[in-house]
Amino acid sequence: MNDLQEPLDPLTIAERWAGEGRDVAIATVVETWGSAPRPVGSHLVIDSEGNFHGSVSGGCVEGAVVSEAVDVMSEGKPRMLEFGVADETAWQVGLSCGGRIRVFVEKLG
Amino acid sequence: MDTDLLQQLNVERQARRAAILITDLENGGGRLLREGEPAGGGLEEAAERAFRSGKSTIVEADGRSLFLNVHVPPARLVVVGAVHISQALAPMAAIAGFDMTVIDPRTAFATEERFGSVELLAEWPDEALERAPLDAYTALAAVTHDPKIDDFPLKSALESGCFYVGALGSRKTHAKRVERLKALGLEEAQIDRIASPIGLDIGASSPAEIAVAILAEVIAALRKRQVAAS
Repeated sequence: MNDLQEPLDPLTIAERWAGEGRDVAIATVVETWGSAPRPVGSHLVIDSEGNFHGSVSGGCVEGAVVSEAVDVMSEGKPRMLEFGVADETAWQVGLSCGGRIRVFVEKLG
Repeated sequence: MDTDLLQQLNVERQARRAAILITDLENGGGRLLREGEPAGGGLEEAAERAFRSGKSTIVEADGRSLFLNVHVPPARLVVVGAVHISQALAPMAAIAGFDMTVIDPRTAFATEERFGSVELLAEWPDEALERAPLDAYTALAAVTHDPKIDDFPLKSALESGCFYVGALGSRKTHAKRVERLKALGLEEAQIDRIASPIGLDIGASSPAEIAVAILAEVIAALRKRQVAAS
């Protein structure tokens, strides 16, 4: 299926949100090791109220990415996040599949 | 990322054109590279690889970490002719990740019973293709043997730059087809792009084997196509 026929295409939603004057951050999977649930290039888009669309994992780390994204929107500087089972915070936001991912979070605009 | 840049990227995606969003992972700066444009910045090889494979990746260039997020339209396979070969091709194409559409104006052939869930258009190719035009990320295989049905979509596929154009038929049949396409105004170099006899030469004999040969040839055309700026 073409992603664009899907009404939940994250980049289309990000553009629409920005057009409505909302602050938007885009999180992108830039690197994966092992059995990561979403491929490199996958997006999660977030607004300053914590609404989000898309995914960077199977739902394991989205909560953490959303809260980092809210900080990125207020500071304006991009951040690189890393998640994996070896992470100190594995109990809260580790990837149950055993993989590792790096997620780049930047503000739109 | 600039909102303008996101808009430009979405325009390319909506139009089913390939593009790479290049992001500097230090400062978030970005630019858009459309397929066929010179990549610049020492990224020629990496960009070509990304367009061809459709795989996004981080590359190091000029001491900087750049993320190449490649947006390639999903490949489609349009088959003209709701024949036995197409019936075998439908499940194989789905497994290989292609969106397949079958077009055949002969309603006795184009039935849901024969094709299940595949997109099936029981109409003339000129009508069907006007609604959903061919493009560079579409492969077209014409398998009816009938010039009335096959010729128009073949011409349309060559003019639209489909990454693969194949036509079923013996060498003799194809020679006659070449003459007809020339009469329709196509250049010899364009006509030479038609794969005929259709399919990789694996000695395929049954309809299912011919379907395998066609699918393999389509995949080869997709993965080996020239994407570098000339």
